[in-house]
Amino acid sequence: MAKKLPAVDVALVGFGWTAAIVAEELTAAGLDVLALERGAWRDTPTDFAVTFAQDELRYMWRRSLFQEPARQTLTFRNSMDQTALPMRHLGSFLPATGVGGAGIHWNGQNWRFLPTDFVARSHNEARYGTLPESMTVQDWGVTYDELEPYYDKFEYLCGISGKAGNIKGRIQDGGNPFEGPRARDYPNPPLDMVYGPTLFAAAARETGHKPFPCPAANMSRAYTNPLGVTLAPCSYCGFCEKFGCGNYSKSSPQTTILPVLMRRNNFELRTQCEVLRVNCDSSGKRATSVTYIDTEGREFEQPAEMIFLCAFAQHNVHLLLLSGIGKPYDPKSGEGVVGRNYAYQIVSSVDVFFDDKIINPFVGAGGLGVGIDEYNGDNFDHGGLGFIGGGYLACWNTHGRPIELHPTPKGTPKWGSKWKEAVARNYLTTATISTHGAVMSYRTNYLDLDPTYRDAHGRPLLRLTFDFGDNEHRMSDYLTDRAAEIAKAMKPREIHAKKRNGHYSVVPYQTTHNTGGAAMGTDPRTSFVNRYLQSWDVPNLFVMGSSVFPQNAGYNPTGTIGALTYAAVDAVKNIYLKNPGPMVQA
Amino acid sequence: MSGSLSRRDLVLAGAAFISISGRSQARTYGGAVPWTPGIADAPRGVAEGELKFFTAAEAAFVDAAVARLIPADHLGPGAKEAGVTTFLDRQLAGPYGRAERWYMQGPWQDGTKSQGYQSRLSPAELYRVAIKSIDQHCRQRFSGKTFAQLSADQQDRILTEIEKGKLKIEDIGPHAVAIEGAKGPHSDTFFAVLMQNTIEGFFSDPIYGGNRDMVGWKLIGFPGARYDYRPYVGRHGEKLDLAPVGIRGRPAWNDQQS
Ligand SMILES: Cc1cc2nc3c(=O)[nH]c(=O)nc-3n(C[C@H](O)[C@H](O)[C@H](O)COP(=O)(O)OP(=O)(O)OC[C@H]3O[C@@H](n4cnc5c(N)ncnc54)[C@H](O)[C@@H]3O)c2cc1C
Ligand code: SF4
Repeated sequence: MAKKLPAVDVALVGFGWTAAIVAEELTAAGLDVLALERGAWRDTPTDFAVTFAQDELRYMWRRSLFQEPARQTLTFRNSMDQTALPMRHLGSFLPATGVGGAGIHWNGQNWRFLPTDFVARSHNEARYGTLPESMTVQDWGVTYDELEPYYDKFEYLCGISGKAGNIKGRIQDGGNPFEGPRARDYPNPPLDMVYGPTLFAAAARETGHKPFPCPAANMSRAYTNPLGVTLAPCSYCGFCEKFGCGNYSKSSPQTTILPVLMRRNNFELRTQCEVLRVNCDSSGKRATSVTYIDTEGREFEQPAEMIFLCAFAQHNVHLLLLSGIGKPYDPKSGEGVVGRNYAYQIVSSVDVFFDDKIINPFVGAGGLGVGIDEYNGDNFDHGGLGFIGGGYLACWNTHGRPIELHPTPKGTPKWGSKWKEAVARNYLTTATISTHGAVMSYRTNYLDLDPTYRDAHGRPLLRLTFDFGDNEHRMSDYLTDRAAEIAKAMKPREIHAKKRNGHYSVVPYQTTHNTGGAAMGTDPRTSFVNRYLQSWDVPNLFVMGSSVFPQNAGYNPTGTIGALTYAAVDAVKNIYLKNPGPMVQA
Repeated sequence: MSGSLSRRDLVLAGAAFISISGRSQARTYGGAVPWTPGIADAPRGVAEGELKFFTAAEAAFVDAAVARLIPADHLGPGAKEAGVTTFLDRQLAGPYGRAERWYMQGPWQDGTKSQGYQSRLSPAELYRVAIKSIDQHCRQRFSGKTFAQLSADQQDRILTEIEKGKLKIEDIGPHAVAIEGAKGPHSDTFFAVLMQNTIEGFFSDPIYGGNRDMVGWKLIGFPGARYDYRPYVGRHGEKLDLAPVGIRGRPAWNDQQS
């Protein structure tokens, strides 16, 4: 029997990026907030000290900061006629466990989505006609303009280094001219640029593009955020994504929020407590508590007035399905919402090999790079191209860690003396252009419970049914071709364009930009939460994070996740607390 | 050093588990910051010496195989000289070898390529079974010689067949009981694991027993676990020739480092 604990105002499931934001805002508003995190406590001096943080084997390849599939994984298949099999070790994506969540080991490539991304269905249909029947793309129910103040808030919390391209409608030289209008510039100037991205910028300009320094959550100078927490200048150590920053230079819950939040008496954090389900009263319209289990196997029931799922994309959906909240999506009838509209990211790259130019890839930082946005979203005319959506191209200089990075030209043997020679010859002199593309949502890409495989608690694993559509392949090929053109203009010895061919695979790492499954929207028949990330069915239950994206855009998600979280919490403070109940009438 | 294992020893025994840091109990934090600045300690390395996982015959196979995958040549030492066999031995003896973090529950069945690893064998079991199977194959084909006893050309030919999945890895010998029900994985699965692990051993920090004298890093010009590159950001196109540094420093700084 679960032991019942005294009630709190707010219970947060998970304690990563979104939970830290919700906790800070709602404790400041005077509520008692409790966070339940399945992983352990983590802090900079103990866990990411520069005396050992730069260990590629331990952190990247032995996955020591990430979720353990032995405890939680999912099953996967490309299509409904296959049998889904468990993802036995991590590959395609690397979900977090532990305080700070993936905020610890993200790169910090911090973007806003385009204004048109939020109206993906209505905008594209108005311009190009009806979308294919198989696509379940929909509008978000919130606009870019409505989110702008919250994007700003997240960027100032994080101290993003960047250059504005559009301030209040005025295009700014050297920034991204395609971005939506912003109220003010980034809080910090761009990072200093290294050689590879500088060569890319020149070639991009030469070929008629408008390159800009990518916005980065790595500090270009010392920065004190609005909460009074100070971050230090990035040292370009090149152990950023998949690693904790030992230098207080990468924005994470630890470096932006926790020093303030942890001191508040109305906040409590319980670590190594895994939430098993959300419980509702007999009406099914009110969430009463969460049940969690600690490392000794003891179960507790934690009542709360409000419950926020902050457990990361697919885990939020898994918890909803296990808790029997919301109607599970059925791909055959197209009915139901929980698990609907799962999407991802499609990426490709072009390696640019030089003889005479030393790139020094190891002088890197997670968000250090130059990008172009000509081929993102609807920034270009898609007439006759056979796809919607797009992505950015960027020459990043994130790292030179050699287990992961040892580029070789096309046709190089995969082992032996010739391989060794090619690795030795090209390591210092290769730059890479990446494409980072959107993935639309489809009727047949979804999440549900697996009929066969069980997790460590004996519960069904989540089942992922997903493949890239023709739209994604055409779009990604188009982006790769554009990248190859710019690569050639960099005048290298040779290039190697690596298109994303064939079926989606869970094996190679791509991105941890999983989205959907509890989409936001304006219609309870096609979305699980309203524009304030509040459940239509259970108004005291909220879902944070990329689970709410109705489809994915051509950018990394966290800027938008941060903005949506701040917008939701503002609505809770200004609307919900005054009159608890649905904030939008269905 | 006290006789008991420190947190870092355990961590370095193989894959790192933060949960063995003495904090594996659920804990509650509130009203104060819970950290103590500056308590982190530097890690200690893998000790040279006796094999911990491989038998002598297995070690001979691995020595021979990794010497073909990354050979010693005019560019310098290869994987064998870099200590990749020691690296692999220690990795397979630890949590990685036991697939401790992996999902290893059945039912087991072959999947598509995009579904990834579906063998019932942990990495340690996979090596054990695969080496036995490959050596048996070699003995049949090359009048009693094991893989390690073949010429470099013959070894390359066998490795190519393994890479292409042409050899069936049979679960032969006494081990078959432990992996009953497992479908023998195709040899390309083993090759992919072997090559990945060889690259890991050649390029990882020397504390894990491979990349001895940082030969992997020196080969390509990677300066290692340096922490601050700010002085070099603006030096576009310059060959920096920075001597590599590992987590325990540079060999010249520390005599005890192997
Ligand atoms: C390697 C990597 C690189 C990335 N790079 C970028 C980037 O450059 N740019 C970008 O925009 N985004 C990036 N991301 C994504 C970014 O990290 C996430 O979007 C962001 O952290 C999401 O915040 P969240 O609060 O939704 O989830 P998280 O920050 O992951 O937090 C979720 C927390 O919930 C906990 N949890 C899960 N289930 C339970 C349960 N049942 N009970 C209790 N606790 C639970 C987890 O342990 C975790 O701590 C990257 C992610 C990864 C992994
Ligand atoms: S590159 Fe900069 S932000 Fe990233 S881990 Fe290193 S010092 Fe920190």
